[in-house]
Amino acid sequence: MTFRKYLVLAAVTVFAAVGDSLLSRGMKQLGSVSPQHLSNVILAILNPWVALGIIFLLGFFAAYMTALSWADLTYVLPATSLGYVLLALIAKFLLHEDVSTTRWLGILLISAGVGFVTRGPELTKKIPHSKPKGYVADPIATRSNP
Amino acid sequence: MKQAHAWVAIAAIVMASTTGDVLLSRAMKHVGDVGDLRRRRGALIVVGRVLSNPSFLLGVLAMTFAFYSLLVGLSWADVSVVGPAAAALTFIANAVAAKIFLHERVDHRRWIAALLVAGGVVLLAA
Repeated sequence: MTFRKYLVLAAVTVFAAVGDSLLSRGMKQLGSVSPQHLSNVILAILNPWVALGIIFLLGFFAAYMTALSWADLTYVLPATSLGYVLLALIAKFLLHEDVSTTRWLGILLISAGVGFVTRGPELTKKIPHSKPKGYVADPIATRSNP
Repeated sequence: MKQAHAWVAIAAIVMASTTGDVLLSRAMKHVGDVGDLRRRRGALIVVGRVLSNPSFLLGVLAMTFAFYSLLVGLSWADVSVVGPAAAALTFIANAVAAKIFLHERVDHRRWIAALLVAGGVVLLAA
């Protein structure tokens, strides 16, 4: 893992957390969507908070696609779950909300999960096209006799 | 009644986002490391290759469905319920789907990570 790859994972985390918060704020402003008028939800994108949330989520999407191009799905998802921890820390230190012991335990579990997966390899399956066209491996005999 | 609606939305989010994640992951593995590709062939080639990949387009469709299910779910229940419940279940569904459809080697380390994160997300909502 290079520094650039860690930056991409950080971008996935931050954009998703900020985007989700903005969407939540916008949808709370719009109020409950009735099951009989589900089409109203399409108009939700006209709300400025929802629109701003979508812009952040587009940034998330670009970073997420970049990460998936060089890492497994089962690596990227847990590795970028620190966004939940980020949300709780924003709630505690910026919004001065009360973060309960259960929530701190949740933060501990997520951090442990992230620690677990990021200590392993990011890719477990060889990408088929990563081998150049016309590539022929040296016979083992020549490799073992330099 | 509203709570039952919220769980329908959560189920829709989990199924749609797992389908989307698997399709997008397959598409991006097919395209290859976009950083390397951009340096070698330029950004336009990267964008062209991604946008012309059928798995990518289907994945975006599934993600759009998941996004609208999330918006509907958020209007029916608190973000502290819908967000973590959908996210926790999606972590587990993705680990199963990645093993079956993407043939990723989901070893003990990755199962433990998925379960720890899913459990942590549930506790955050408690």
